[in-house]
Amino acid sequence: MGRKLLLEHAQVEGIRSYEVYRKQGGYRSVEKALKTMSPDGVLEEVKKSGLRGRGGAGFPTGMKWSFLAKPEGVPRYLLCNADESEPGTFKDRYLMEKIPHLLIEGMIVSSFALGANTSYIYIRGEYSWIVFILEKAIQEAYANGWLGKNILGSGYDLDLYVSPGAGAYICGEETALIESLEGKRGNPRVKPPFPAVKGLWQSPTVVNNVETIAAVVPIVNEGGDEYAKIGIGKSTGTKLISAGGNINRPGVYEIELGVPVEEFIYSDEYCGGMKNGKKLKACVPGGSSVPILPHFLINRTANGEQRLMTYESLSDGGFATGSMLGSGGFIVYDEDQCIVRNTWNFARFYRHESCGQCSPCREGTGWMEKVLWRMENGQGKMSDIDMLVDIAKKIEGNTICPLGDAAAWPVAAAIRHFREEFEWHVNEPKACMERNYGLVREPVAV
Amino acid sequence: MTTTSATNGTPFQFSDAALAEVKALMQKFPEGKHKSAILRVLHIAQDENNGWLSRAALDQVAETMQLSPIEVYEVATFYSMYNLEPVGKYVLEFCHTGPCAIEGAERMVAYTQQKLGIKTGETTEDGMFTIKEVECLGACGYAPMMQVGIYYHEHLNEAKIDQFLEDCRAGKIDKGSWKMH
Repeated sequence: MGRKLLLEHAQVEGIRSYEVYRKQGGYRSVEKALKTMSPDGVLEEVKKSGLRGRGGAGFPTGMKWSFLAKPEGVPRYLLCNADESEPGTFKDRYLMEKIPHLLIEGMIVSSFALGANTSYIYIRGEYSWIVFILEKAIQEAYANGWLGKNILGSGYDLDLYVSPGAGAYICGEETALIESLEGKRGNPRVKPPFPAVKGLWQSPTVVNNVETIAAVVPIVNEGGDEYAKIGIGKSTGTKLISAGGNINRPGVYEIELGVPVEEFIYSDEYCGGMKNGKKLKACVPGGSSVPILPHFLINRTANGEQRLMTYESLSDGGFATGSMLGSGGFIVYDEDQCIVRNTWNFARFYRHESCGQCSPCREGTGWMEKVLWRMENGQGKMSDIDMLVDIAKKIEGNTICPLGDAAAWPVAAAIRHFREEFEWHVNEPKACMERNYGLVREPVAV
Repeated sequence: MTTTSATNGTPFQFSDAALAEVKALMQKFPEGKHKSAILRVLHIAQDENNGWLSRAALDQVAETMQLSPIEVYEVATFYSMYNLEPVGKYVLEFCHTGPCAIEGAERMVAYTQQKLGIKTGETTEDGMFTIKEVECLGACGYAPMMQVGIYYHEHLNEAKIDQFLEDCRAGKIDKGSWKMH
């Protein structure tokens, strides 16, 4: 069984309350950082840990922090991105709901490292009840001297607030989040300038995912080097994976990076295998925007190596035969699922969530949805398949934020690996309305 | 600008308690940046206006927050949680994305539509229920699911929906509120 750094105490009764959390060793990292470390000292530990952004991009956190501009007399802000909305992803919700003080503790230590005196947790509006869980935890932290003026007599001040969204996937993009937190529509900004230079209210700002900020707690407690011992290569530490779809045990699991994908799907410690003894057809390992993998590329890479739950192994083979660890939104499909329908479903999602600023995304996502819908309903033409590839290509890279890419990748990947199933939809318009295609064949190497 | 009486709504005023909360929310941000509170203030206004934001409610938000009305309209029309038309007492918001879809979301929506005799986006004649379909709510491992008020209802099936609708009619369902905390 792997080590748990974030969810170790998640099942302890009453852990949501300050007293129980403190009794389990909570807030030790704040004591350590504020009494014995400098802000740069904390940054060094985060750099040494190799921690990478847990929201999906996987960018090294220490490097992101070191980009923060520090002009004299200008406030700096740390924003926690709790706008978790990527289909398949529900790990941050689990962490905040179960063990809210872990996020508060991480916010304090991280804000200290960055020199922020005011920080905000921007949480998706639908997680309404969690807003109140977090606010209660914040109140308790204030009452016990972990927030406010002169924390632990260190001279460091911090105010922490929760601010909810109101239903918009795009606000998970960091500049859209900043716009939303400023009380505006969630339209992403053109970069540069990057938030590290001009973010919230034009001040230097760092935006980090919930899980990233929580991971700073064990990194400070145990040291960056200890954290980096877990995992493989540049995939250090533990990762929360939210597993859903046709598996026996859907839920949130903390894994040591490096667990084989096959073990993650079939072990009773994690997904517990396929539901109803069905065959594995496909897997989206990192949230709806990452490329879908067909059954023969899930447990092994194209080179025949064992596929591991790491940033590197999941993307082995590039988009031709690989995918991404992404947000850790792990969706498993059995032989009864229709890839065309699923692709249409995701295309509808991205069409709905496009903010509409950039034409390739605004128009392209709508076209992809419509073409996929007619194909799923037996009205498709053979030329539609290449047209979808073409639309996806013209969206990708041509928008000011990554939502365009996120919309294009699942369509392109589905056609790349499941073209015969798309062709079957065109050739067998009646059959495709009545039954599903089943497994696609593994291409024969020539 | 002319509006229909339906979208204009009846006159809107915040209750005293809500008004105090709105003022407190505006204080959470640095001086001159109180506009940042708008999303949450709109949630509260919606709660105070039977679950939807009328023109009158939006204008009241603008006045209370000392913003121009357009600043409020452009936000209210961007985010999917704000209802700009009247809704029923219980708004059943079914997630229909990816993992929920493969676990039967479409079946749950169809069942509820048939049971209530309304389509998605419609409200029952008695004003009790509105069906909405929404994108991923982050409950993929507990699918299918719906949100009603501030709470999630997960692992849905036909029997659970029957029971839920009955409990709504009996006044046993707590929708929660953005303003009671």
